[in-house]
Amino acid sequence: MSDTVARAPSSPVPAKRAPPAVIETHALGRRFGETVAVADLELRVERGEIVGMLGHNGAGKTTTVRLLNGVLGASSGGARVLGLDPWRDGVALRRRTGVATETPAVDDRLTGRQGLTYFAHIYGVPAASVARRVDEVLHIFDLADAADARVGGYSRGMKQRLSLARTLVHEPELLFLDEPTAGLDPVAARALDERVLSLRASGATVLLCTHNLVQAQALCDRVVVLEHGRMVAAGTPSELAAGLGAATRVTLELTAPAGLDVAALLRDVAGVHGVEDATAAEGGDAPPPDDPSAVRDRRLRLQVDDRAAIAAAVARLVNAGAGVYAVEREAADLEDVYFALHERNGAAA
Amino acid sequence: MNLRAMRAIAAKDLAVVRRSKAVMLPLIIVPLIMVLVLPLVASFAPTFANIPGASDLGALIEQMPESFQAQLAPFDEEQRLVVLLLVYMFAPLYLVVPMMVASVIAADAFAGEKERKTLEALLHTPTSDTELVLAKLAVGFVPAVVVAWSAFVIYAVVANAAAWPTMGQIFFPTAMWWVLALLVAPGVAAFGLGATVLVSARVSTFQEAYQIGGLVVVPLVLLVVGQAAGVVFLSTALVAVIGVVFWVLAAVLIGLGLRTFRRGELLARG
Ligand SMILES: Nc1ncnc2c1ncn2[C@@H]1O[C@H](COP(=O)(O)OP(=O)(O)OP(=O)(O)O)[C@@H](O)[C@H]1O
Ligand SMILES: [Mg+2]
Repeated sequence: MSDTVARAPSSPVPAKRAPPAVIETHALGRRFGETVAVADLELRVERGEIVGMLGHNGAGKTTTVRLLNGVLGASSGGARVLGLDPWRDGVALRRRTGVATETPAVDDRLTGRQGLTYFAHIYGVPAASVARRVDEVLHIFDLADAADARVGGYSRGMKQRLSLARTLVHEPELLFLDEPTAGLDPVAARALDERVLSLRASGATVLLCTHNLVQAQALCDRVVVLEHGRMVAAGTPSELAAGLGAATRVTLELTAPAGLDVAALLRDVAGVHGVEDATAAEGGDAPPPDDPSAVRDRRLRLQVDDRAAIAAAVARLVNAGAGVYAVEREAADLEDVYFALHERNGAAA
Repeated sequence: MNLRAMRAIAAKDLAVVRRSKAVMLPLIIVPLIMVLVLPLVASFAPTFANIPGASDLGALIEQMPESFQAQLAPFDEEQRLVVLLLVYMFAPLYLVVPMMVASVIAADAFAGEKERKTLEALLHTPTSDTELVLAKLAVGFVPAVVVAWSAFVIYAVVANAAAWPTMGQIFFPTAMWWVLALLVAPGVAAFGLGATVLVSARVSTFQEAYQIGGLVVVPLVLLVVGQAAGVVFLSTALVAVIGVVFWVLAAVLIGLGLRTFRRGELLARG
């Protein structure tokens, strides 16, 4: 056990340069007339990371992907992606990236296999391995049976899977997924998650634009939240929760005399907020309230700033004669963070 | 130039076009009318119409330049009608074939791809703007020329065969028609392509591109009218000049098209 690792003494020779980031932007911005689609974006994504990009409709996610892949010019600032200038070296860059767009990639009049083969050739997959690669991605996305049917007859989820399959056909180093779970059933969504994780394991980097907060929480090493084109938060999901003071929720199950106002007891405990008595909501077998000394099952919901607050709350209840027999803790998830951010910025706007 | 990607794009566009009724119907019907119906009707015109406008015809021919009158001199009255229609009047109509084929396919390849929303995924691929445009121009140009030249051959056979009772000799193609088919038809196709590319960058549906792009037939209509009015006479030299003019216009339009078709601007226009 070595909790204390010897710190390297500050060396007189120049520090080894950090490996270049896969994505690095400086004050990147894009406007459309009066509309600011992206502003002052400072984003750094390292090789092998899965970074989620969250934000409402119109927050600037798709525009960011277009800028980073060099298909849309910037109004201000700059970026380097895979070490390249996206606008000057766009063709070289796009050979190494894959983009699952929000829009369909394969014409309805083609078969799935034809569409994938078309993209394999455009992306320069070696001619001898095109057929094999196409078969592989058809399998991965469970489209082998429908491979030779026209895409026009595919369901929405099948089209989405085809769209994902074609972004992987050339094994890109950097993957932009713009709302990839749209239209996917839970099984397909899970398969996608697994695929994304295995891509990371093989060294690929993923920028995932999504409204699916559960997916973002499960997959992403870090998330950035955009609002009106500006980055309003960035970090791991738990860092964000802590930074925002999005509190931990606690549910207490206890027994106490019917006459004891347990909620009021906790209101002045330091670090405890939003106490609510949830007994009424569930209580069906409560004894009549005219006997204040009768002991009843009670349930309390509250939010705490830290662990100590939980201990203090329990101590207060026990001292008042209540019996605490369950404490359930529920960490803030990305959804809480997202709504907290939205409220904060909505109030500011 | 990434020829492999360009070939893939062209092959895909062609496969898609072949499966579209909106595109294939005009592609089949217009050339059929041109190479079968028109020469058949014209060849039998002297027989059953008994030359209703015979005097008009005489008057028209008299207005024509000396050289034209000399061309018709060896023929009798009935033969003159056939030659006038099949060789001269239908020449501008023949040019409708390459123009239409080129612009319908280009409208599908450019505006149609935009309309079906598959353009964005294509823009995200490792192709340059120029490669995308050239691939899509080739998709329109090659079929237009193939159809135009096939139509020329079929027209020659049908015209000679159907008019045999009247003509009694092989009179087609004339030198003017060789120039028309080999020089002007490809030039007209390129002109139609250039116009369609320019229009497609600004409209969002195949129909719009096809309809606005259809305005390119106006110069051909003017040729038809000019000839019928006796103002224009399609001599071999004039046809060669017209061919050069179409090629120059095509070069200008395609040059503008290459400058208009920029990924960044296409996406910014939405
Ligand atoms: N071509 C364009 N012309 C004008 N405005 C545009 C254009 N593209 C994007 N915008 C605007 O820029 C803003 C950001 O749009 P963007 O598509 O990047 O949002 P998004 O985060 O991807 O939204 P969604 O979740 O709906 O996909 C929006 O206000 C949008 O209206
Ligand atoms: Mg979007």
